[in-house]
Amino acid sequence: MTAAAEQIAECGGRGQSLRVRGGGTKFEWGTPAGDPDVVVSTAELDRIVEHNEGDLTAILEAGVPLARAQQEFASAGQMLALDPPLGAGAGATIGGVIATGDSGPLRHRYGAPRDLVLGMTVALSDGTVAKSGSRVIKNVAGYDLAKLFAGSFGTLGLILQVVVRLHPKPSQSVSAIGRSGDPDAVARGASALAHASLEKECVDVRWGGGEGAALAQLGGETAGAQAEAAARILADAGLEPAIVEDDEELWTEQRNGQRSSDRAVVRVSGLQAELARTIRVVESLGGSLVGRASLGISWVTLDPSRIGHLRRELAPFPCVVLDAPREVRASLDVWDADPSPLAQRVKHRFDPAGVFAPGTFPV
Amino acid sequence: MAHDLIEKLREACGRENVVTHPHQLRTYESDGLLRYRVTPRAVVLPGSAEEVQKVLRACHEAEVPWVARGSGTGLSGGALPVEEGIVISVNRMNRVLEVDLPNQRMVVEPGVTNLDVSKAAGPTHFYPPDPSSQIVCSIGGNVAENAGGAHCFKYGFTTNYVTGLELVLPDGELIELGGKELDRPGYDLLGAFVGSEGTLGIATKITVRIVPVPEAVRTLVAFFEHTSNAGRVVSDIVAAGIVPGAIEMMDSLAIEAAEGATHAGYPSDAGAALVVELDGSEAECEHRFKEVEKLCEGNGATSIRVAQDEDERQLIWKARKAAFAAMGRVSTHYYVQDGVIPRTRLSEVLERIDELSKEYGMPVANVFHAGDGNLHPLVCYDGHTEGEAERAEELSGKILTACVEAGGSITGEHGVGYDKKRYMPRMFEEPDFDAFQRLRCAFDPAGMANPGKVMPTPRLCGEVPGPYRQHPLEAAGIAERF
Repeated sequence: MTAAAEQIAECGGRGQSLRVRGGGTKFEWGTPAGDPDVVVSTAELDRIVEHNEGDLTAILEAGVPLARAQQEFASAGQMLALDPPLGAGAGATIGGVIATGDSGPLRHRYGAPRDLVLGMTVALSDGTVAKSGSRVIKNVAGYDLAKLFAGSFGTLGLILQVVVRLHPKPSQSVSAIGRSGDPDAVARGASALAHASLEKECVDVRWGGGEGAALAQLGGETAGAQAEAAARILADAGLEPAIVEDDEELWTEQRNGQRSSDRAVVRVSGLQAELARTIRVVESLGGSLVGRASLGISWVTLDPSRIGHLRRELAPFPCVVLDAPREVRASLDVWDADPSPLAQRVKHRFDPAGVFAPGTFPV
Repeated sequence: MAHDLIEKLREACGRENVVTHPHQLRTYESDGLLRYRVTPRAVVLPGSAEEVQKVLRACHEAEVPWVARGSGTGLSGGALPVEEGIVISVNRMNRVLEVDLPNQRMVVEPGVTNLDVSKAAGPTHFYPPDPSSQIVCSIGGNVAENAGGAHCFKYGFTTNYVTGLELVLPDGELIELGGKELDRPGYDLLGAFVGSEGTLGIATKITVRIVPVPEAVRTLVAFFEHTSNAGRVVSDIVAAGIVPGAIEMMDSLAIEAAEGATHAGYPSDAGAALVVELDGSEAECEHRFKEVEKLCEGNGATSIRVAQDEDERQLIWKARKAAFAAMGRVSTHYYVQDGVIPRTRLSEVLERIDELSKEYGMPVANVFHAGDGNLHPLVCYDGHTEGEAERAEELSGKILTACVEAGGSITGEHGVGYDKKRYMPRMFEEPDFDAFQRLRCAFDPAGMANPGKVMPTPRLCGEVPGPYRQHPLEAAGIAERF
């Protein structure tokens, strides 16, 4: 960590622009801003420093691949409840996932990276190495700087190390899915699942090619019985229900729907009750969608030329471009957001040298 | 200058909403932590965001520091007034603005009480963070302190439920952070604001996430000879992958006090009481509850009481929630501590607390949120004997040292405020404070928002726009530039 912090301080001192690279699976995200002077890799920061089984916490260096950390945790029946798509070669690192605020279906129950990071150590461009938070699951001492760095796309400083909260891995899981070609029925089913008193790990939705589904994963000792209850809820909403016991592939498909190598993926920050409308807009634009039904967040895959239409139809919901083919990326307004003076002051305070990923973030 | 400011506050909020009479000001001279008292210059009760803006602009122009206050239930002196400063009470801003059940959101003003948020969401939904003071504490105060409560082991804290804020920055600017939607582009300034203890601005509108009421709730209280037995049950429950809605522990002294006050039927000779509440789907709850009962029996429970109905459940909780107040029956004075430890270090930290208790000759009652390792030792002392309060404070500080040495924190939910800023260097070092200060300076470069709290040494922002002028805190010798 010391070497990485020194490298950052050197760049800061020389005014060299830099970008942090973890597994490189989301390196293209953000506004294209030309090559930085230096790319700082976290590949050497790959230690699982601690796994405190009894306390359900772990300390990870930023470059630890999430998949490797999950293997370690699974050996104790535990998990870090973050399941974003892991990208090429399952290379996504914990630092990269946190820096981009990426998440997967488990977000329904466990929250986003911001909600699972208990403590963080960062290196700033003036050589400061600072920690915030703690290594216990409950702490309110000092400002929660980890939240500020989560989702900041590497524009404030280098995340060196994080303390994360773990959860018990459910002993079993069973899923219920309800299919329909009617956007209203899919939205109705998704909403009914979201408001149902079941132990839901995930509540998702999908749409593409004129048909879609609402689906939920139920966990715990009585997952099967709960999945049946979920299937009844879906049937009542007018969907064609099914129980899926071996459900891994079902959820892998949901995660895969968040990435695309040849089309654009737009993350829509919407609302639960607007789901039917969102689906109709996506359908009319020839796109497809996966999303967290109760959280209102959707990932829409479509032709890059339709992004403007999508934004106009769904305004004022923020629509952020994640993946996009390289050849069109430069012409896209990735963030669809104006920088706020407060955000600019924060950036200036944390990165006074202005070297971290200039031009890539709405700041 | 000060007189001009008071006039401006009266113009902004109405004469009747500015308190300046010395007798009336006494109400505001401390928060829930009564041992520190400062009389403010004035208290103003704005009724809208616009009025908050006018108040903050006036303070900004007059360079007068201010402290925001909700219901004043905080236990760290976070709402302790600043000498010659203004207290801004949000109690008049107490409207529930919107209950949006289809989107599982509510929009409220900061003076709404925590319990009223849940009531407005009911009966189908609720707002999970539930500090013990929930009947009176304000949601604005909850946001400032990132309040927790008995159910946060499973459900999380205030920071996990606030999705949007309208707030007024210390220079009077009104801004919005987040909204009903999640993941708006840009920095998560909302996440940085929640838990900032009133040092970054004043929230005037709060959007929170609400969740469906669980289908079933099962509650038991098990009694043990010793806290170590109860501690093992907690570890076993967690190891079994069970995530209770709440796991709360009390030791013998806390049981004695709580029973005396509530007559909940806790055996007075028990060495430890463990309250376990499971919630969720009926089937899962039932299945897991049997496992919990077995784990209690297997670890030597002397008796187990299962709540048969809501009344019995409330009675079990009444004893737990009354524990703090009930200590008055055992001791004339007591010091409430709030420390956190990794759950696995519980036994050794309890032993250390016991040693310290003997060394100081002061009884220490222990009440814990056991699931998340949050201890609330209550240090009993005789406040009428000179020097005892100081010794109790010293003992209390040593308990925190034991928590930090075990890898924990100096505060889990009460906040740093005024009381604990001196302990901050036990967890953080100079570069960490420097990073905290960067955030504070981005929001409040002039340092007018709740100065003298959180940071161990008052500090000012390096860059103040315009020509150098001596800051009033600098002139008074209570802060310096770094």
